[in-house]
Amino acid sequence: MDFINLNSLHLDVLKEVSSIGTGNAINSLSQITNKRIGMDVPKVTFLEFKDVSTSIGPADDMIIGILVSISGDINGMVMFLLGLDSARTILNYFYEIPKKPGEDFNELDVGSLQEVGNILISSYISALGTLINKRIIPAVPIVAIDMAAAILSVPAIEFSKMADGVLHIETVFNSGTDQVSGYFLLIPDLESFNTIMRSLGVM
Amino acid sequence: MNIKQMIIVGMADLNACKSPGVLTTLGLGSCVGIALYDPLSKVAGLAHCMLPDSTKIQNNNVEAKFVDTAVAKLLMQMQKMGANKRMIKAKVAGGAQMFAFNATNDMMRIGDRNVEATTKVLGQHGIPILAKDVGLTYGRTVELYAETGAFLIKTIGHGNKTL
Repeated sequence: MDFINLNSLHLDVLKEVSSIGTGNAINSLSQITNKRIGMDVPKVTFLEFKDVSTSIGPADDMIIGILVSISGDINGMVMFLLGLDSARTILNYFYEIPKKPGEDFNELDVGSLQEVGNILISSYISALGTLINKRIIPAVPIVAIDMAAAILSVPAIEFSKMADGVLHIETVFNSGTDQVSGYFLLIPDLESFNTIMRSLGVM
Repeated sequence: MNIKQMIIVGMADLNACKSPGVLTTLGLGSCVGIALYDPLSKVAGLAHCMLPDSTKIQNNNVEAKFVDTAVAKLLMQMQKMGANKRMIKAKVAGGAQMFAFNATNDMMRIGDRNVEATTKVLGQHGIPILAKDVGLTYGRTVELYAETGAFLIKTIGHGNKTL
């Protein structure tokens, strides 16, 4: 296979994989914050490049991207994206003095988000690794706060080497009345994509 | 200028227009934005490329995705609109490293490689680069004005400038 040629079976498998990964991630978040957090079934879509920039909101809106490189049996990256309001809501789970709507992010906030990203992405990866029975090693998370399109260019470029689009997995989770939307992007390299599919009996 | 009159160039996309048109691309990250302009015919072209080299990738049928094929296609499109290749000058933006700490990883250096490829490919076509705003760690939204050739660069928290 020269590049990813996704069919509906692949998408179903990926939806299942992401549900398990995300479920585990949210479970961890729920435990550390001591909050009940629910999630919707992830939406898995294959987006053309022209639609990538606006896939999670206006292209030049500020968002937060948390990136973790993965190695071991699966190489690539996992990215967790969230809007500024969602990030403030998550930070307020931990803070005694809550952040106000519209308030800027300081160094402490970025460090906290890095840790939240670490927990979420590590849980996601651990569930994925168990499911496919492979060893996946996450690197230290890196946080960027910038225009949505600019942050999304990083996973899009990785995908562009093997496909004419991006695999996009959207997860919405919430705690009580707080709506928090987050997006997990799993970006394996081509060989690792095939490994995942083979491990799950597809292809 | 009203945003509705702007031609939006997406990821792995390119377009050209005549004065008084405006081309824009929102949120360039590690991708590179190549602005070409012929001041005589006032034809402008903008490409938003993701990867440096089409010959290194098997799946390479989208020309605007790669610096080498995008520049060739954009030049052709501009010439059809009346531009003279010998008059065309370039301005370049983007090629940032959005996630800063992993500089040794080749995957992360893609911004630099896109800019290097742009310099090389424009050189091969004999097109001079008048100005660059590249690298560093932040996204850029760019606007290219066909009336003047002005190339406006907007950022979040790192100021705006016109090349």
